[in-house]
Amino acid sequence: MSSQEKLLEIKNLKQHFKVGKSTVKAVDGLTFDIYKGETFGLVGESGCGKSTTGRTIIRLYDATDGEVRFNGEDVHGKKSAKELKKFNQKMQMIFQDPYASLNPRMTVSDIIAEGIDIHGLSTSKKARMDKVVDLLETVGLNKEHANRYPHEFSGGQRQRIGIARALAVDPEFIIADEPISALDVSIQAQVVNLMKKLQREKGLTYLFIAHDLSMVKYISDRIGVMYRGQIVELAESEELYRNPLHPYTQSLLSAIPLPDPEYERSRKRKVYDPEKHLPKDGEERVLREVMEGHWIACTEEEYQKYQVTI
Amino acid sequence: MEKILEVNDLHVSFDTFAGEVQAVRGVNFHLNKGETLAIVGESGSGKSVTSKAVMRLIPNPPGRIKEGEIKFGDRDLAQLSEKEMQKIRGSEISMIFQDPMTSLNPTMTIGKQIMEGLVKHQNMSKSEAKERAVELLKLVGIPNAEGRVNEFPHQFSGGMRQRVVIAIALACNPRVLIADEPTTALDVTIQAQILELLNDLQEKMGTSIIFITHDLGVVANIADRVAVMYAGKIVETGTVDEIFYNPQHPYTWGLLGSMPSLDSTDEELIAIPGSPPDLLDPPKGDAFAPRNPYAMKIDTEMEPPLFKISDTHYAATWLLHEKAPKVEPPGAIKKRMQGMAPSEPIIGAKDGGKNV
Ligand SMILES: Nc1ncnc2c1ncn2[C@@H]1O[C@H](COP(=O)(O)OP(=O)(O)OP(=O)(O)O)[C@@H](O)[C@H]1O
Ligand SMILES: Nc1ncnc2c1ncn2[C@@H]1O[C@H](COP(=O)(O)OP(=O)(O)OP(=O)(O)O)[C@@H](O)[C@H]1O
Ligand code: SF4
Ligand SMILES: [Mg+2]
Ligand SMILES: [Mg+2]
Repeated sequence: MSSQEKLLEIKNLKQHFKVGKSTVKAVDGLTFDIYKGETFGLVGESGCGKSTTGRTIIRLYDATDGEVRFNGEDVHGKKSAKELKKFNQKMQMIFQDPYASLNPRMTVSDIIAEGIDIHGLSTSKKARMDKVVDLLETVGLNKEHANRYPHEFSGGQRQRIGIARALAVDPEFIIADEPISALDVSIQAQVVNLMKKLQREKGLTYLFIAHDLSMVKYISDRIGVMYRGQIVELAESEELYRNPLHPYTQSLLSAIPLPDPEYERSRKRKVYDPEKHLPKDGEERVLREVMEGHWIACTEEEYQKYQVTI
Repeated sequence: MEKILEVNDLHVSFDTFAGEVQAVRGVNFHLNKGETLAIVGESGSGKSVTSKAVMRLIPNPPGRIKEGEIKFGDRDLAQLSEKEMQKIRGSEISMIFQDPMTSLNPTMTIGKQIMEGLVKHQNMSKSEAKERAVELLKLVGIPNAEGRVNEFPHQFSGGMRQRVVIAIALACNPRVLIADEPTTALDVTIQAQILELLNDLQEKMGTSIIFITHDLGVVANIADRVAVMYAGKIVETGTVDEIFYNPQHPYTWGLLGSMPSLDSTDEELIAIPGSPPDLLDPPKGDAFAPRNPYAMKIDTEMEPPLFKISDTHYAATWLLHEKAPKVEPPGAIKKRMQGMAPSEPIIGAKDGGKNV
């Protein structure tokens, strides 16, 4: 299980894109922490800002506003080249599309070793190759695969290569943006089992972004539910699924079909209508802790009500 | 029960430069009137090819129906001419394709796209067709249909576009609707709307549906019967309850086991090891044997026949042979067989939570 030591602190993070004359507020004021050794799941409908959140944290985008602290150090803001390199090594990303994210003209060993080379992590050719073979074995491939090209692999195998590449620089934190969505159900389980095993062995911390709510529940310690660029509810995953409080979360969970015909015959879906859920007098909803570890975006008045009903 | 469609010993191959890809290798199934048959199986197992063969939409070359019968009433669709097929396609059997976003024409209004067929094949006047188009948009739950019928696809959200595709497929009240992964690309809430819509339409119009997916949650929701495909064959078929609560084929166990249930976090998911076989050179014997921890010697030599479990339930695995050792499914599967839902229903299953 995870400690309560904070690895990542995200404070009021914003990412606004200018599109023509208008502004898309893709991420609009996120505040949450990720603890060392945990898996933090991020869910929400398409376009709610999950990928943008991940990409902003890892500095693929400059944040419009807000702060990201990693081990207490500010990630954004002015940095020397050396400091940047250090962050780049500690944070890695696994991408959704195992087909597009690997360079087709590079061999598997060069893909995996790219980070090792950039960060100068190996002292000799042999040490480099040993490390590659070690990584291939870690992700369930073998050294025969090292000199092949990505197109020779299945989707699940390519995703393993992507994971090996991320692991090559010994990161502490991995952002996995829909790492299994493009894979078959049976292969998804292989990759998820692998990620769990690596976490146990290496004490990794994950930000796991996904659509598939039952898989997120399975892999995450805590989950944040995003809606239109903001987190509307955050809790331990068990708690979130047993006791969803925000109407958007309730609607999301009630829509998941489960592989159980009897349950499906009686499942009733709840519909979330944001128009009917407007706060009075335009008061802004902010994330408040209504129970230990369970946060909901609510107004002061709603907060008082939650205190009574819970 | 009346059979509306019956497929016997269907073989479909593609002649590629590397050789013959045997995509469908002897498929048998039937569709009863008014029911939903789900076809499940992992990528490349032949789900789309099977359904395209029924519609006679296999591109030739490189593809061809090598063998088999597709009985629709007293006709064999495998033998019809293209001209005869055109009369059936869309009006009697219609299909929703795997990629909804590309099946609409971006330069044409939604209304025109729905009307096109009605005018061409049903001899409707333009105004009649337009009226029907509005009616169809209402049926699939598009608000303000009178106004939106004149809009273009890009003015619709993904979920709404998929509804339009369904409206087009339903334009002529087909007797059979084939839906190939109609919700896979969609958000769970939009998926839920589409599933409700299809269930609803079936009730109102008695349509028979073939629903292709690899999401077992969706199957549990929509199917009356299920056919599990692996490497170009149907390896198990049964009612939805038989498949979920009494699965017999190790591949079906694997599929069920690789999905997490909502009330378990500690146990490992049962991943199916390896990947599906190469259909250029399908293995001898049971194609699933190399990935099957329960495989016996015979599995690598001889293909198992379909064993009967009940009048509606069949599975092709040697494990069902009387001389096979008794094998129990993995513990997690047994638990699932007792029902996978959380012991306390999550919100919405009963009458839901507070504060909504
Ligand atoms: N580079 C960009 N420029 C302009 N707008 C962008 C950019 N990237 C994302 N957006 C917009 O920001 C919003 C959030 O997008 P994002 O990709 O983060 O969503 P998501 O939650 O990851 O969705 P999905 O589940 O579909 O991947 C969307 O409205 C998207 O169109
Ligand atoms: N035009 C084609 N040429 C050659 N092979 C083809 C062609 N179309 C399909 N195939 C092959 O036929 C097999 C079955 O493909 P099919 O599209 O039916 O799979 P599927 O079960 O629908 O998979 P998915 O879940 O990925 O949609 C695959 O091995 C595929 O590569
Ligand atoms: S929708 Fe009706 S008119 Fe159009 S092609 Fe299909 S059957 Fe013919
Ligand atoms: Mg995304
Ligand atoms: Mg397909």
